[in-house]
Amino acid sequence: MKLSALHVVKPGLLTTVQDLGRFGQQAAGVPVAGPMDAFSHRLANQLLGNVGDAATLEITLIGPEFEVETDTAMAIAGAQFEVTCDDRPVPIGASFTVRAGMRVKFGRLLQGARAYLAVADGIQTPPVLGSRATHLVSRMGGMHGRPLVAGDRVPIVGNTLPRTPRKTAGLTLPTKGRALLRVVPGPQDHWFEHDALKTIAGVSFRISPSSNRMGYRLQGPPLPRVHDAELISEPVGPGAIQVPAAGEPILLMADRQTAGGYPKIGHVISADLPLAGQLAPGDFIEFVLSTRQEAVAALIARERQLLRFADLRDAS
Amino acid sequence: MKIRECGESMLLVELEPAIDPVINERAILLAARLRERGARGVRDVAPGYCTVGVHFDPLQTDLAALEHAIQMEYTAVEHVDAVADREPIEIAVRYGGDYGPDLAAVARHAGCSESDVIARHTQRTYRVYMLGFVPGFAYMGRVDPSIAVPRHRVPRGRVPAGSVGIAGGQTGVYPVESPGGWQLIGHTKQVMFNADRERPSLLTAGDLVRFVPVVAV
Repeated sequence: MKLSALHVVKPGLLTTVQDLGRFGQQAAGVPVAGPMDAFSHRLANQLLGNVGDAATLEITLIGPEFEVETDTAMAIAGAQFEVTCDDRPVPIGASFTVRAGMRVKFGRLLQGARAYLAVADGIQTPPVLGSRATHLVSRMGGMHGRPLVAGDRVPIVGNTLPRTPRKTAGLTLPTKGRALLRVVPGPQDHWFEHDALKTIAGVSFRISPSSNRMGYRLQGPPLPRVHDAELISEPVGPGAIQVPAAGEPILLMADRQTAGGYPKIGHVISADLPLAGQLAPGDFIEFVLSTRQEAVAALIARERQLLRFADLRDAS
Repeated sequence: MKIRECGESMLLVELEPAIDPVINERAILLAARLRERGARGVRDVAPGYCTVGVHFDPLQTDLAALEHAIQMEYTAVEHVDAVADREPIEIAVRYGGDYGPDLAAVARHAGCSESDVIARHTQRTYRVYMLGFVPGFAYMGRVDPSIAVPRHRVPRGRVPAGSVGIAGGQTGVYPVESPGGWQLIGHTKQVMFNADRERPSLLTAGDLVRFVPVVAV
């Protein structure tokens, strides 16, 4: 396998290498990381026939520009950016062929917040503890644990075989910067006053500017607690809505720490986390109460959706 | 013992809500047994002070079977009433000055001299209760109550890797440069975490640690 590269002309606001995450090391405090919208990440890979945990580039709000140094195939899923390849428009949610020397340029963002750029056979940065995902705070994985910078040469496989052109409808992106997210209560919902779950399900929370890949701080009504006890730090998982004693609830996202000491009123279901990943500071979240059964059914529906792409040769 | 659902992809096993070496030992043993058991769909198992987080793929996991496995493994650890004897791991620390910018403030808070703070910090053997925050960051306790100064109200934006700090009854070492609110009393050259090592984290939950003062040259 001969390696080539994407030469980074402009890095964009926050472009990181991500795969499905670094599992198996949380006992050592190693965060999982991975894509904020795992669905679109997998879809981009699917469009190229890559395995689902092949590494992609997560592109945030302001997109990058690359010079591609080899013949390859690419696919972009997730946020709707205006993207060109040598000044010709490239569709989102479809695979396309790129020749050595071409420039792929992300322009205006039309909808959503994060796009995933997959290349044939995946980004080839060296795996760290079994994963290529970038965790920014611990500076681990991807391009030296940091976002891309101008001049980087992101390793990819050179001269890959042409891929069957495919397209897909993709994730239904949040409109007008609003997403409805389903929440399963617990494990500390009993720490809050009786109406807290109703409160959380009845209003809009605004994503504060001090939000990032670790979590979204949510501005909204207070969620009073029944008692003031301190929670002893315990392991946390994706989608946890943790509530500090006096302060904004925090929705834990991809770069969350492995443990936390705030009570959690509920968890956003995994099938809806990709929608959260398509929001940015200033956008709004509404929560609706859900159940484990619904969460699992929604996840199965997402899996089915992942397989629903069309062969472009048949789509004339 | 209670098993609580955290969304559809994680179970939290709660032992007793206490910061206690024996309960922590049970949590660590339970986590190890569950990891070894390798139940279908389980992606990661991590102990806390008195809890165990079990992360799994809900599409690959029979939840009832997983809960049963947790119950079974718990019966094997619930009567453990002592912690395993371990050789303490020594961490060499340069205290004070540029190495520990908060040492003077901690001494003032405790009403003692800086060398008293160093003596009190180095005389105890600490238990690693859990790791978290960043890779290799060990939460160790209990610190001598006289020097158990609460963390800064406003965290520092940048704490250098190797900084040794106190936060209430806990002490710890920052493995990488990161933001942080702990009271910094010293610095170690020891590498707390290196992904390229066979055991990336110097410390594991359940380890015992002693800090050894180094005279700055």
